[in-house]
Amino acid sequence: MDIFNIVITGVGGQGVLLASKVLAESALASGMDVKQNEVHGMAQRGGSVISFVRIGTEVFSPVVIPGTADILISFEPLEALRYVHYLKPGGMLVYNKVTINPSTVATGSAVYPADVEEQIEHACPGARGIDALAIAKEAGNAKAVNMVMVGAVMKKLPINADVVEGVVRTVSKEKGIDVNLRALNGGAVA
Amino acid sequence: MKKIISGNEAIALSFGDSGGVFASGYPGTPSTETLEEVARLGVVYCEWAPNEKVALESAIGASIAGGRTLATMKHVGVNVAADALLTLNHTGVNAGLILMVADDPGMHSSQNEQDSRNYAKFAKIPMLDPANSQESYDFVRDGFEISEQFDTPVMLRTTTRISHAKGVVIQKEKIAQKIGPWVKDVPKYVMLPNYGKIKHVEIEARLLKLQEFAETTPLNRIEMGDKALGIITSGVAYQHVKEAYPNASILKLGLVHPLPERKIRAFAGMVERLMIVEELDAIFEEQIRAMGIRVDIGKDKIPLCGEVNADIIRAAAGDPPGAVTAPIAALPQRPPIFCPGCAHRGLFTILSKLKVFVSGDIGCYTLGALPPMSAMHSTICMGASISAAHGMAKVNEIAGRKEKPVAVIGDSTFFHSGMTGLLSLAYNKGNALVIIMDNRTTGMTGGQENPGSGLDLQGQMSQQVDIVALVKVLGIENVAELNAYNLEETEAAIKKGLETPGPYVLVDKNPCILRYRIRNPVFSVDLEKCTGCRACLKAACVSLGLKPAVDGKRQKVQIDPNICDGCGVCGQLCKFDAIAVAR
Repeated sequence: MDIFNIVITGVGGQGVLLASKVLAESALASGMDVKQNEVHGMAQRGGSVISFVRIGTEVFSPVVIPGTADILISFEPLEALRYVHYLKPGGMLVYNKVTINPSTVATGSAVYPADVEEQIEHACPGARGIDALAIAKEAGNAKAVNMVMVGAVMKKLPINADVVEGVVRTVSKEKGIDVNLRALNGGAVA
Repeated sequence: MKKIISGNEAIALSFGDSGGVFASGYPGTPSTETLEEVARLGVVYCEWAPNEKVALESAIGASIAGGRTLATMKHVGVNVAADALLTLNHTGVNAGLILMVADDPGMHSSQNEQDSRNYAKFAKIPMLDPANSQESYDFVRDGFEISEQFDTPVMLRTTTRISHAKGVVIQKEKIAQKIGPWVKDVPKYVMLPNYGKIKHVEIEARLLKLQEFAETTPLNRIEMGDKALGIITSGVAYQHVKEAYPNASILKLGLVHPLPERKIRAFAGMVERLMIVEELDAIFEEQIRAMGIRVDIGKDKIPLCGEVNADIIRAAAGDPPGAVTAPIAALPQRPPIFCPGCAHRGLFTILSKLKVFVSGDIGCYTLGALPPMSAMHSTICMGASISAAHGMAKVNEIAGRKEKPVAVIGDSTFFHSGMTGLLSLAYNKGNALVIIMDNRTTGMTGGQENPGSGLDLQGQMSQQVDIVALVKVLGIENVAELNAYNLEETEAAIKKGLETPGPYVLVDKNPCILRYRIRNPVFSVDLEKCTGCRACLKAACVSLGLKPAVDGKRQKVQIDPNICDGCGVCGQLCKFDAIAVAR
């Protein structure tokens, strides 16, 4: 199969890395080659985070090049806009509509674009925004936003949804399994 | 069984599977997870050293005592360990010794992007450069064999995109630990000049033998394809080459020092155009040109700075890029910042207010250099805060300037190499205020244990150093504690430290809220009292934001309860009592 490129973006601390791990493990469990890569280190300190998951028969580079992503999953609207150029023409964008102020906005030196959703629609017509925080809270934990976002794209992947569910079970802590599965399925029907 | 693991995890796994006995290192992105994974796997003994020099020296001792050993560090850590390395290349090893070094092209989390391949050339020792997780696993085993066969330390070099990229790994059969004899051998291990002279001759002879090995080892392989373009490459650059030109002929180097001259010459003779793709320095290119081999495309087209990717390679070869898309311009930037609830916020709010010169160091608190705090004015390397502040104070004294510099350093960095600077400050009658932010963890790299946390790498109880006692015993008489969450107290303590002549040390003992998962009741804004003056925004906290303006009036502040950690610094900046714990 051709390489399937997934880009996941968000803010440090939102769980982008665990979402990436779920997608990568799911690809491996489906018998495909996979490379997953993100840059961490300062990731937990509120900075912008970008992660790549590449799936295929044989994957070489761990890096997705702008203009080649099949799916962009963004945990925050501004981070969707920042990396929308990673999408290939016709690529799919799913984003969490809940905004998080960057430090530049929090200190008053920049303004969060009020029309961020319109800008996203302009850059990627048909982009889908969901309230992942509300769905995560409904599932039982505000921190399950990452599972909601995986659920939101689950049916668009070259991977069976059952496999993703199985991986979520294995990567979750014992007491978090039910919450994460509810979040995953909440995202899938959003 | 197939696993999907990072390069760092693969190195750790292979270390356990390849008869490893002892591992030591110091945290540093992107190398850190290697030793953490050795500890998690629990197969081999491992430990955090206070710095990279100690880690490598302990590894040398372990090798002399007969155990296969691994030292891990980031690229700049090798600078700290270089004293040991440049003599270890003389003594050689008893049991195999691998120095794993993680480079950071693109400086994702580093102060420079030095190319560690220079060290292999400098020390005249072999270096392996894996291109994915599987090779990271395999090269540990190969590295031990080379180390023992040629009586040499081996450097295993990764880059961020190898250390942190996950790929599929198939484990090999486990080799049992076997510990060799602990033998006294003065001419081998005591580098007095007369023994060193003999060893230098041996180093040169060993390098020639390694060159012969490089010619035949499967670590260096030719993948013949289309002969119109031949590419010499290594590491993650190989993967980008495969993306850009899947059908080109490739000489993939796994052993990147010393180079296989005959193999390179033969390869160059088989292809029409020869291209060299290497990240950072022109290490291959300079050597290959010195062999008298024509290079058609190299560093004239591929940048010396930053990472390479398939588009850069295609452009260098004169082909159009795969896809052309540009980012949307003029979006608000999202740089990293102190976590909500972090004690550094209170400290830098005051340092910024007092407008003092801050001699900084490496850690989370380096973020204090960014706006709006802009309260760090030099950051050189691990431990430099105190020693640099000392030099500044001496010149100020000679120039008759009254200002006293402030050094800011974290606990782990203080243990790493700040202690010696403080000793110098005391010994040489210096005049600096030193603030030690003891948050009981190595924070920037993700929260590792250190001698101040009281726990070892395995999380077991250990000897906990008392920083205040340590500071006193180094010869500092004026030592006081600091609580950076209280702005008034902090300002008074810093002013006292600045007004008191001579060395003065303040120690803040508030723990890292991230590492110790500290959650306090969140704060909220009373919109009746908020005037929109924005004084609180100086706290530079991402939980703060401006509400949309109502009726053209000034925008008021709001606090995001999902993000606030209840440190209360913003509330102390408010002159109208508008910020309090949410009811």
